[in-house]
This record gives sequence, structure tokens and C-alpha cells, in this order.
Amino acid sequence: MLFIACSAPLYAQDCNTQLTGEVLDFHDKTPLEGAQVYIPKLQKTVITNSKGKFTFKNLCDGIYELEVSHFECTTRFLKVEVFGNTFKRITLEHHIEELDEVSVTGRKVRTTNSAQEQTITNGQLERYSSATLGDALKQVSGVSSLNTGATIVKPVIQGLNGSRVLVLNNGVRMQDMEWGDEHAPNVDINSAGKVTVVKGASALRYGGDAIGGVIVLEPLKTLAIDSLYGKTILSGSTNGRGGGITSELVKTYKSGWFLKGQGSFKRFGDLEAPDYVLSNTGVKEGAFSVSAGKRSFYEGWDAMYSFFNTEIGVLAASHIGNVDDLITAINSDEPLIIRDFTYDIGRPQQEVTHHLGRARYYKRFEGFGKLTLQYDFQRNERFEFDVNRRNNDNSAAIDLELTTHTAQADFVIDANSDYKIETGILYRYQDNFADPSTGVRRLIPDYTKNDAAIYLTGKYLLNDAIVIDAGFRYDYSKIDALKFYRNSRWIERGYQADFGDRIVEQLNTQLLVNPVFDFSNISATAGLKYNFNSGTEFLFNYALAQRAPNPAELFSDGLHHSAARIELGDLRIGKETSNKISLSLLHDYEHWGWEVSPYANFIADFILLEPTSTEFTIRGAFPVWEYRQTDARLLGVDASAYVNWSKHWKTNHQFSLVKGRDVGTDIPLINIPAANTKNRITYTHHDWHNLTLGLESQYVFRQNETPDDIDVFSPVTNENVLLAINTAPDAYHLLHFDAEIAFAMNNESNLKVRLAVNNLLDTNYRDYLNRQRYFADDLGRNISLQLKINY
Amino acid sequence: MKPFKQLFMLFCLTALVMSCNDDDDNPPEPVNEEEVITTLTATLTPDGGGAEIELTTRDLDGDGPNPPVVTVSGPLAANSTYNGVLKVENETEDPAEDITEEVKEEAEEHQFLFVIDSALNLTIDYTDQESDYAPNTGTNPVGVTFTVTTTDAGSGTLQILLRHEPKKPNDGTPADAGGETDIEATFNIAVN
Repeated sequence: MLFIACSAPLYAQDCNTQLTGEVLDFHDKTPLEGAQVYIPKLQKTVITNSKGKFTFKNLCDGIYELEVSHFECTTRFLKVEVFGNTFKRITLEHHIEELDEVSVTGRKVRTTNSAQEQTITNGQLERYSSATLGDALKQVSGVSSLNTGATIVKPVIQGLNGSRVLVLNNGVRMQDMEWGDEHAPNVDINSAGKVTVVKGASALRYGGDAIGGVIVLEPLKTLAIDSLYGKTILSGSTNGRGGGITSELVKTYKSGWFLKGQGSFKRFGDLEAPDYVLSNTGVKEGAFSVSAGKRSFYEGWDAMYSFFNTEIGVLAASHIGNVDDLITAINSDEPLIIRDFTYDIGRPQQEVTHHLGRARYYKRFEGFGKLTLQYDFQRNERFEFDVNRRNNDNSAAIDLELTTHTAQADFVIDANSDYKIETGILYRYQDNFADPSTGVRRLIPDYTKNDAAIYLTGKYLLNDAIVIDAGFRYDYSKIDALKFYRNSRWIERGYQADFGDRIVEQLNTQLLVNPVFDFSNISATAGLKYNFNSGTEFLFNYALAQRAPNPAELFSDGLHHSAARIELGDLRIGKETSNKISLSLLHDYEHWGWEVSPYANFIADFILLEPTSTEFTIRGAFPVWEYRQTDARLLGVDASAYVNWSKHWKTNHQFSLVKGRDVGTDIPLINIPAANTKNRITYTHHDWHNLTLGLESQYVFRQNETPDDIDVFSPVTNENVLLAINTAPDAYHLLHFDAEIAFAMNNESNLKVRLAVNNLLDTNYRDYLNRQRYFADDLGRNISLQLKINY
Repeated sequence: MKPFKQLFMLFCLTALVMSCNDDDDNPPEPVNEEEVITTLTATLTPDGGGAEIELTTRDLDGDGPNPPVVTVSGPLAANSTYNGVLKVENETEDPAEDITEEVKEEAEEHQFLFVIDSALNLTIDYTDQESDYAPNTGTNPVGVTFTVTTTDAGSGTLQILLRHEPKKPNDGTPADAGGETDIEATFNIAVN
């Protein structure tokens, strides 16, 4: 039918028809300047003028497919019947402005229809160019972090972290050993143009096991115009006496070709708490990425490669020998090792390298949808160096190499504007290799893993006010490991009865075992978005998600020196199942707006790691942290509001609360972030070089709901003592100040200068979700200066 | 049909890359544990001759669940002096690796500490210093050799610790010495 319709112009007598139109913002109907309107069939492009108007002359009558794109908006495809001079009004869904904004509004373009989500724009990300992804994400309400010091920052979404939070980097699900508490995501924040946080498992196309949520990092889109542009950001900080540089250069062609290169480097020495140097907390990080491709409406491909390397010092005082050393450390007000400031990174330290390669191809089928094929390769290499008696040699205590290949095909049916269907399949192969030459027993064994998945999601525009969505995903995974167990551990765990038949070889003091597990997981989601006439928006979302245990939960077996703890996984651990309901109610008035988002997450067979007892070795007693499963319940609310008091003054307010409970034993869950509130006042003056001044107050309540401390036997005092391992530190209040100003250098370049002072009052504090809270205060005042040049 | 051909080729390539990666056919090698200390033996020889007394702690499963096995071969005699020697071994190897040699070599980074229960009427004095063990040159005690002097009868615990990178010099208490604990053994001793 389409063919006939499109062929009709062949019979038309004259081709003098004009198609005129205007492109408007979907929400506020403001004209969009610089939007591209493209007719693929004729390979003709026009750009809208300052009033959003465009004109195509000398068209033949017929039906045309248009691709309308604007850099701040989602590209839209639509059909227009042109019989005689025609006028067409086109509305575009406004993207998050990829310009600078003071507040995180991020409500307009969404990854999911009805889940709670929030986007961080490019301008906001740039402020964190010499920090970590986890730091930047904390400006999203409901997102906190599990830290090991200030440089290993693991995002926590609505109380959940680790394998429950997926990180999608440029369309690739990161496979970077996210199972460890002291393993942060291996991404360079400067490679992302925007970051979206989906709070929950509703973004099914990315994975079915995102019980915590999904963090989607995307680059800025390139336009099909002849252009060369880039930016460089230089920053320096007093705390750590270091800084970073990042640079990006993009070349685009009208033909759709593009080339992009980006690189970053940062280096910090020892960080400082208000009263002392945090010895051995330096960091050295380097990253680069290159990508190239050709994109058009019908077809396109791109390929990218990125490299990430980081060397992170771990606080010297956090390396302790046994439970008595831990008691001494907890009772001491100051870290037990304080040395002079240095840039050198000594032991203990981590060195992690991540390679990521991706190739993608897409093809659009007219009037139907778009097929995308993708292959990606990742290699994650992790070395952890311990303080040991052989300090002088270079061998690591942990040497793991995780290699992942993924192939996936996704199909989007979006030809009809009333509904959109997405479906896809995926296959992933993963291999972990633990190098035995370390001379230290493997914490994570050698394993191979095969994953396959299929999903189908749909979104339907019921009427002008209601959009409903639903989705389903099936994941199969099989893990095949080869692990050595000490005979004594095998007996202590009582594995013989359940896994005796998996023993491959009996050695002198240990057994080689081949555990093989497979998991079939189902996830599903349903929701609706309702726009009241008054402008209020209401979101409801339900998500069912299942997660298979990760290798740490199954296989951990050994002493973590940096934490002075023995971590024990359990082969009997099965999958966990989450049922989460979330609601959002939000409204933007002319001068102010608010959003309230409560949620309830019920997790059956929730896997958690907590201190249980002590074990004695010749080195003394060590707390044992064991993985166990229980039913858990997380209830919380994230709320935010903003007020534009006048042309120059604006305030932003944020509050998050989450309560986690182990329903099985009726005790609080471990590592649940404390309630916190952030309030910010901003002054802006556009006439004065876009001057922006901001003062932010951050108040973190004390976490009063923690599991009980454990009793341990202290050989030094020869009696049982209470180890305050779960006691949370006091509440704290921090003030942060920032100032920003922009100068035009010439027509094409501008310079932005930003001064920021974190922890303005040099307050001493410790945070419950910092694993080094036993040993040292958190960071003191930090003054940083940032220069950004766009060209 | 061009896109389908490309699609097909992409999948073939993927399959090829994946099939090349089958390096898991070889079973992993067991780790040869280098850092393990399983055994500490203190041999106390009476100054005027007589039967040796041996204090031993042995933990053959290292960081495994079994606690160390602590043995004391007999009581000490009151009002006596004993010459003590400490030996540190890794008995998971055959023959056992003598780690005392390593401690001696790195004497400046190590020290044995002794914590004596007040109910136990004995004193311990270091009889060595770092420079006794080449290539060290310091004069701080190490504790590989020491003397035990008993007075009245009594019983209580004697703790022997090996600290790595302690503060040196120190007052001989674990709290002052700091550092990381390599060995921490508690013996129940009787002085008759």
C-alpha cells in the first residue's frame, strides 16, 4: 500500500507543491529553531528558522515520511500527506536540555514510561569531571553511595547496590566485577553526555535483574552537519592537591559520518580530613575512547572502543591484622597510621583496567520499525595489592581477569504513533580467570557463564491523558565454576551431602570442585502515566524482577585483609525475587514545582552479607561475614521541589528516606542509607556573564536502624567484647559553595570558570555507608577551580 | 538482502570470537600459598640444663574454619631462668618452610611481643637485636631469642605476637607497637 501511495507522484502532472510547517516544543509549544526536517526519500533536509518554520518547495503530491530532529529533542518520524500546498505543525518531545541547568529536573524525556527516573545533564556532569560517577549520581534524590574512602564510590539506588544496580555504558552493560563492596564502576564520567537513573527494574531491555535500578550513560548525539567541535576541562583541587584534564573532539559530516575522540587524566595525592592526612588515599586515573560511524535515517553503524585504567590507594590505617587491631582502630579517634602527604600510592592498593569495544548496526524498515544489532567485548582486569611480608615484590594478592562477549538484537516497532513495541534477544558469554601465581588463595574462582535473554515491552497511548506500558523478560543463565575448597571449609559448610558428587579431584589439604548452577529468571513490569488536566502528572509502576546470585555470593571464601574479615559465600544460595511498586506525583507550576515518589520493594530470598561470628586463625580472631538469604522489605520516599523566587533567586529542596527491614528475623537491614536532605539556594544573573552563585546545605541523619553489634572474643583482653561493627556514626551537616561565570572568547569558543568549595566549614564527620568509617574521618574542606573551554 | 547478509556475518563473527575463547578446558592449578604461617613453636631450655618445654600453636588450615591447636608441653619451674627460641613455620609444605629465616632477614620490619598475665610470675627479656641478623643494622629487639625468668608459683596466660611493621622502638606492648599482626597465640602457662 505504501509503495503505491509513494509511487502516486509519478502520475502527478506537476511537482510544484509546497510543504510548509512549524516545529514546536510538545509541552509549551515554543518554536524550535535549528530543527532538521529530512525527507529520506528525496534526501532533502531543511532547517527551521528562528520561528520554528520550514519550507520544502517543488514537491510532488504524495505521502512523505519525515524525520524531524532537534538536538534537545527525541527524533520523530511521521507521515505527511501532501496534496496541494500543505501546512503541517510538528511537535517534538523536548529532551533534557543538554545545556547547563542548575537543578535536576529531567522529567521530560524518559527511558521508561512509568518508572521513577531522573536524568543528570551534561552541564551537571561536567562539574564532576575530576570526581567519580558515584559522586555525580548522588545529586539524584534517592541515590546515595557505598564508599571505601572517597575514591571508591559505588552507587546505591533506593537502598540497593552492587549486582542489583546495572550500569549501561554507551549501550553496553558493564561487566566489571560489580559484586565487591570495594569495586566501583569502571567508567570515566567524562565519556558520558548524560546519565539517566531508573530507580527499579522497569527498564527491561537492559536487564531483568536490576532490583535496585539502572544507570544509563549515553554520549551526546551528533548531528549530520559539517562541523568540528570540542571541549577541554581543566580542574584543580586543594584537597588531594591534584586535578584532572579532559578533552573531547568531534568531527561530523553532512553525509552522516562522524568521528569522536575523548581522553581524561586525573591525579590526586593523599586526601585530607579536617585534622589529618588520610595516608595512602591517592588516585591516578586515565581513560580514553574513540568512536566512528555513519548514521542516516534508514541505516547506520558505529564502532567504539574505550579504555579505562585506575590506580587507587586504600587508606593505610584500614589495613589491619585481626579483631584486636580492629577494636583498637574503632576505639581510636584518629587513624593509627598518619604519614606526611605524598602523591605516591603504596599498599594496599587496587589497579583496575577495563577495555570495552562495541560494534552496532541498525536498519529501519519503512513503516514498520528499526532493527539494531550489537556486539560488545569487555575485559576487566583487577589487581589488589596487599601489605604483606614480601612487600618488595610486585605480586598482587588478587589478580582476576573477567572477559565478556555479548551479542544482541533489538527491534523497535514505532511506526504507529499510538504504540511502541520493543523486543530483543541477547546472548552473553563470560569467562573469569584467577591467576594462581599470586600465592594467595583465590577469592573468586575460575568460572564460565552463559546468559541468554529475550524480552518484549510495549507502550500504548490509551488517550491524551494516559499512557500504559507492560513488559516481560526471560533470562537464562548457567555458571560453571572450578573452585578449590579447603577440606576443613568443605566440612564446616556441610557441602559433602549436597555437592559431594561435584568433587573433581582430592588433593592433600583441599578439594577441586566443579559446581554448576543454572537459573531461569522471569521479570515483568506494568505501569501507567496519567496527565491530569491541571498539569499534574501521576506515575504508577509495578516491577517483578529476579536476580541470580553473583559469583561472590556463591563462592566467596577467604580473608579480606583490607577489611580484616573472612567472607563466606554459600553454594546453596538461590535467586532473589523482588516485587516493587512505585508511585510518582509531580507538578510544575509557573514558578515552582514538586515531586513526591514513594515506593515499596518486597524482596523474597534477599541475599545479604553481614557479620555473624568470629573465626580463629594463627593470626588471631577475625569477624566472619556470611552471605545469607532472607525476606526483606524496603519502604521509602524521595521528594523534591524547586521555587523560582524571582528572576535571580531560586531554591531547590530534596529529601530521601528509606527503611530496610529483614522481615524473616525482624531486624534492620545492614547498609541502608540514612535519611538525608539537601537544600540549595542559587543566585543567577544572565547579564553578568551568566554569573551563578550557589550555597548548598546537606544534612545526613544518623542511621538509627542497624543490625546489632556482635560479640567477639578478644585475645588481648582475654574476654568477650562488643565489636561496634554495625553502630552508625552521628548525623552531620555540610555546607558547599559554588560560583560560575562564562565568557565568550570569540564566535565559536567560550570559557567557563567555576569555583567550588566543598565542606565549607571543614566539618569533621563520618558516614555510615563508608567502609572506612571505623578508621578515619571523611574529607575536609576542598577548594576546586575548574576551567572549561568549548570550541 | 544486503542488511541480512551483514547481520548474518556479524553473528558468524561473534560466534567465531566466542568459540576462540575456550580456555577453560584445563583445570585450574592449585594456588601455592606463599604467605601462610601455620606454626609457632617456642622452645624454652632451662638455664642450668634439664627438659625443654615447648609451646606450640599450629593452624594447618590457615584462614580456614578450624582454630589453631595450642599445646604446652609442661609447667615451668619457679625461680628459674629459661633460654627461649622462637620458630615460625609453614607446615602446609613438605618439608615445612622455615619462615623464621624470613623474619630474621626483615628483622627491622618485625618484632615478637610478649604479653604476660599479671597472675603469672615471670618476666621476659629480649636477647637479640636487629643487627644480629644480616643485613639489618638496627639495635632494636626482635625477639627470636629471649629469656624467661620465673619467680613464685602461679598460672595464667602468656601471649606471643609477631607484628609486621611495628613502630620501632616501642615499649613492648602491642598497643604501643602497632603494626599488623602476623601471629597471635595465647598459651596457658603454669609455674610450679
